[in-house]
Amino acid sequence: MPPAADALAHLTEISTQIEAAVVLDREGGVQAATVDDERAGRIARAALELFRQADAQREQELVQLDAALAGGSVFVVRDEERLIAATTGPGPTAGLVFYDLKSALRSFAEPKPKPKPKPKPRTPAKRATTRRKKDDASA
Amino acid sequence: MRARRALAVGAAIGSAAGAVLLRRRAGRSRDRVELYFDDGSLVTFAQGSPEAVPLLLHARELLAAARG
Repeated sequence: MPPAADALAHLTEISTQIEAAVVLDREGGVQAATVDDERAGRIARAALELFRQADAQREQELVQLDAALAGGSVFVVRDEERLIAATTGPGPTAGLVFYDLKSALRSFAEPKPKPKPKPKPRTPAKRATTRRKKDDASA
Repeated sequence: MRARRALAVGAAIGSAAGAVLLRRRAGRSRDRVELYFDDGSLVTFAQGSPEAVPLLLHARELLAAARG
């Protein structure tokens, strides 16, 4: 299973509040979704437009938003490369939903290979050298 | 005398419960958008404010799309 689909499968498994979720790139391209392609495309377009207009409200950069509507709630969270949009029923626990969405986004990020630590340069054993010098001096 | 007092207490309890229900319903029906920025600030736009109009429009589109 690709990492995107895997993350969304895990998301819907752990969160009973989330009804639908779509992961999209910064240009609105759908990367993964819990719904069919046609609905995912509509969700992605609306989520991107919502996020862009909300981001334009302040000079600071927007990191997440939620909209509480009569029929349900909408959540959008972003990281460096992508956004995740999700819908819930009315009156969700917003903090939990945000937490689950951020966890899903984190699991999307490819694990970066750790750089090998550089070997430390060996320092000469000072004690032996010092002792030898003392020995030489006494001799 | 006792009946009148019971009637007054009943009316008071009834009006208090009604007020709570009305307030809950009013609060629930009011749509709003909450924006969280990277500096930790939070901005809320409630239905009726000019900033909320386009945001709520797209949020409703998103919800409608999700529900087919």
